[in-house]
Amino acid sequence: MVPLWMYLLVAAGLFSIGLYGVLSRRNAVAILMSIELMLNAVNINLVAFWRYNSPGDLNGQVFALFVFVVAAAEAAVGLALIITIYRRHKSVIVEDVDLLKW
Amino acid sequence: MDITAESVVFLILSALTLGSGLLVVTSRNLFHAALYLMLSLFGVAGLFALLTAPFLAFVQVTVYIGAIAILIIFAIMLTPQVTRTNARNTQWVGAVVVAVVFFAVMVSVLTPLMDDLGADDWSADFSEEDPDDVPGTSLADLGEQLVDPDYYMLPFEVASVLLMAALIGAALMVSPAIADDPETETGDDESGG
Amino acid sequence: MDVNWLDVNYISWLILFFPFLSFAIIALFTSRNLVVSQAVALVGIGLSWVLSMALFVRGVWGLDRDLGHDPFGSSTDWMDLGTHTFEMGVLVDPLTMFMLLMVPLACLLIFVYSLGYMRGDPHNARFFAYLSLFSGGMLTLVLADNLLLLFIGWEIMGFCSYSLIGFWFHKKTAMEAGVKAFMTTRAADVLMLVGVGYLFIMTGTMEGHGPTLNFREIMYDHHGEMLEHLVAQDAVIFGGSAAALIGVLLVFGTIGKSAQFPLHVWLPDAMEGPTPVSAMIHAATMVSAGVYMVVRMFPLLSAGADFHHGDYSSPMVLMGLIGGLTALGAAILALGQNDIKRILAYSTISQLGYMVAALGIGAWIAAAFHLVNHAFFKALLFMASGSVIHSMEHGEHHTHDEHGAHEHGGDSHGADEHGEHAHHAEPDGLVMDYCAPPNDVQRMGGLIHRIPATAITMALGGLSLAGFPFLTAGFWSKDEILAEAWHGAFVGAQAPLPLFVLLTLLVAAFLTAFYTARMWFLTFWGRPRTEAAENAGVGTFRKQWVIWWNRTRWGKQNPQRVTFATPVERLSAAQMEVPLMVLAFFAVFAGFIGVHTDFPLLGALNNPLHDFLAGTTAHHAEVIDLNWLPILFSIGLGLGGLGLGYVVYGIRPLQAGQTDPTERALGAGIWTALQNRFYIDILYRRYLVRPMEWFAVNIVIDAIDKETIDGVLETIAEFFTALGEGFKRFNRVVIDGVGDGVPALIGQFAGWFRHVQSGRIQQYLFYITLALLAIGTLFLIQVL
Repeated sequence: MVPLWMYLLVAAGLFSIGLYGVLSRRNAVAILMSIELMLNAVNINLVAFWRYNSPGDLNGQVFALFVFVVAAAEAAVGLALIITIYRRHKSVIVEDVDLLKW
Repeated sequence: MDITAESVVFLILSALTLGSGLLVVTSRNLFHAALYLMLSLFGVAGLFALLTAPFLAFVQVTVYIGAIAILIIFAIMLTPQVTRTNARNTQWVGAVVVAVVFFAVMVSVLTPLMDDLGADDWSADFSEEDPDDVPGTSLADLGEQLVDPDYYMLPFEVASVLLMAALIGAALMVSPAIADDPETETGDDESGG
Repeated sequence: MDVNWLDVNYISWLILFFPFLSFAIIALFTSRNLVVSQAVALVGIGLSWVLSMALFVRGVWGLDRDLGHDPFGSSTDWMDLGTHTFEMGVLVDPLTMFMLLMVPLACLLIFVYSLGYMRGDPHNARFFAYLSLFSGGMLTLVLADNLLLLFIGWEIMGFCSYSLIGFWFHKKTAMEAGVKAFMTTRAADVLMLVGVGYLFIMTGTMEGHGPTLNFREIMYDHHGEMLEHLVAQDAVIFGGSAAALIGVLLVFGTIGKSAQFPLHVWLPDAMEGPTPVSAMIHAATMVSAGVYMVVRMFPLLSAGADFHHGDYSSPMVLMGLIGGLTALGAAILALGQNDIKRILAYSTISQLGYMVAALGIGAWIAAAFHLVNHAFFKALLFMASGSVIHSMEHGEHHTHDEHGAHEHGGDSHGADEHGEHAHHAEPDGLVMDYCAPPNDVQRMGGLIHRIPATAITMALGGLSLAGFPFLTAGFWSKDEILAEAWHGAFVGAQAPLPLFVLLTLLVAAFLTAFYTARMWFLTFWGRPRTEAAENAGVGTFRKQWVIWWNRTRWGKQNPQRVTFATPVERLSAAQMEVPLMVLAFFAVFAGFIGVHTDFPLLGALNNPLHDFLAGTTAHHAEVIDLNWLPILFSIGLGLGGLGLGYVVYGIRPLQAGQTDPTERALGAGIWTALQNRFYIDILYRRYLVRPMEWFAVNIVIDAIDKETIDGVLETIAEFFTALGEGFKRFNRVVIDGVGDGVPALIGQFAGWFRHVQSGRIQQYLFYITLALLAIGTLFLIQVL
């Protein structure tokens, strides 16, 4: 069987990739996608811990389900925001949206 | 380590997940990135299946790949030019460093726990005899517990409210009636500074 | 927990709770309704006063135990510090009890007075909210059982003082005065806070004892072991003992709060606030807080020093020198002021100098005694001056209405809304200090016929301030300080410090008597010198006064007419003058509790104060022997000053158009120096405030302000002008290099640093991640 440690390692890797994407992409949609990657990394952890530590109950799975819900909500609202910003600024480059300064 | 079928599958799925994940964040074409995202999510679904959580794997495919990823692709196609504007920003080198350091920190947290976490023992299998190892829950149990007041009914309801709020909010935000309202229209001019 | 809130140990929580409650109610709910707000404020402070009096009666008469040894009070856990729990609580020992006699009463009277004085001000409710908060802060300070709670009260008052001085914030001068007061006291408070923190650390180093700031634990319990411990420790800097360093830092707090040299500059400017504020902050409460704190901490300040034999600890030397210097310097400055409130402000500084100097020579009971007496008569004087100003404003309005078309220049524009005026001083303040017309004693005269009740109560307060022998409170407490100084100088320690204190205080006593007489005679005596004074608003008991006056010898030469006031004016006058009468009672009689037992006749009162207060400290202070020499000096100088004042200003009152005799006697040079406050404010502004402002402006704003740099360079250049042209040119080269280089560096740094706030979310996120990583790594290092 695959050690739990390996799952955690994969999750950490996926999370770091997502983190890099969030920090480095210029396009807001790409940032949103990177966030999805990070959420998935979390889900891998949740399910892996559930499977190895407490398979008897459903906590891990239910938690992962809620993360799905949150991710879906986040994607919907995030995309709506991006479309609104695009209408205002004619751009989805986050660096162009820098009103929040000084 | 013994190469079991399970470990081979795991390695393939991991490579698929991480590799296409990397392509998501590096590809210059946003549309390609979205396709790679679907691939990566598919890999995660496979990992779920490997972890004997078939329902989650199924939900991953339908909700994530079927809904969210498609939503993203729709968004990409609805906003012109976006496919050409997925360049890196100026702090990308720093982002690489931060991500690598983050990963290193994670690994250094995990490494001392290797023994506790079953370490590099790839051969051991979940024994069917040990009741602790059997995921004694079916989809029916999950469904019952989700609507059971003693278990997850309240979070479940809250989650549904959250989804509803997100739905209404998203619809409201992109509604043309609001976007065209001169009261809320700020124009394109930049006034920062 | 089952608490009987009317138990003596808990009642003091209520005393400080009610003003805070009033503040919350006014600020949150009733601020739109003036009448309700006033009622809430009055009820709050009134309840505090009633409870204080109940506590006082219970503590002084109804007690079968020694209050000093076994004080009232209770405390509660406030913050868990891991190994130790910090407790906050209230403490009512004799010193607090003595302050409770004064503080709530003075606050209550000031509230009542404000009803009249602030009538018609649109922001009345805000005013009463601040007053309530201020009273709460002062009561917290007085009732606190530890230095941290005291400091909290201290800072609440600091904030209220700022917002009350700048209450008429649309006036630029008021706003600036508020900022000045805040910044000046803040500078001192930082040092004090360092002292508090250091004390907390050092008490924790004692064997078998956690860190504490509790007064009793530090100074009363353990039979002085804690103090010995603090004395035995070496200070981290400057050598000396830890106790001395802590003491010096705490004294700095007092120097700021009680407006001692060199941080006295804020108090005269604080007169920009409404007069009740001046009375409250700058007489009765806030400045007293500084002295109260050093009185409270006196065992610590004098720890390790045997001052009865001429060995003074460094905090005491500091207090003695600063106090003496301040008492004398401020008294001199008070001579040269024409603004009635500014005279009183300098007088306050001077009297606070007395108290601080008294502490410097170890006479803490005398200092506490003078503190309370001074609070009574100075609150009286300030409120009376407010009544005078109010009356003069009435007169200015009257004159303005009748002669509006004919008046020109600086005469008439001051009367709008409590002396709002066009501030025409130079930015440097190098002209004579501007004085709002209604405040100018030169423009008054003869006001005794308009506001006789104010005149008489103010005379009583003035006599008390001047130390009129035997009858007034000020005499007894001032005399006690002088006697202690005399004792230290010639009988006991025979050290130079008490001698210095004695000499400065004696001279200051003479000057005090003189400027008090000058102020009173210029204000009330003779004939009106302006139309405004002639038409000044009238006060209570005027009719009776005029009838009596017209029968006297002077009345034959200068008969007065009876006029009638509107009911609202009469109500205002009553609300303002009744508190004056109450305070006048205390200004005269409060002194009898502290008369020396060997004094003929009055000694029969048995000096209850000394024994009572002495119980506050573990080591009971001794009463010094009665010595007639200082008393004779005190009487002579007090009467001499008053007499000189009467000769100069009383026999032939100043006529309109005449120059002030003091101005003539001092000569134009000294007079201008006094008017400009010895140029100290200008020095500060030029060499402290301006560079600070310049620095701030350049850090905050992107572009380097050319004008400011030029201004500073010019200032520096001006300074060097005296050293000669060639030298100046040389310096221009050097200074320019530094002057341009430093700002350029700062500018570069700012230009670089501002990129931190780019408005780019990803950048922020980047920093957040970096911080998270740093924390995570630290955590990891700890765990591994």
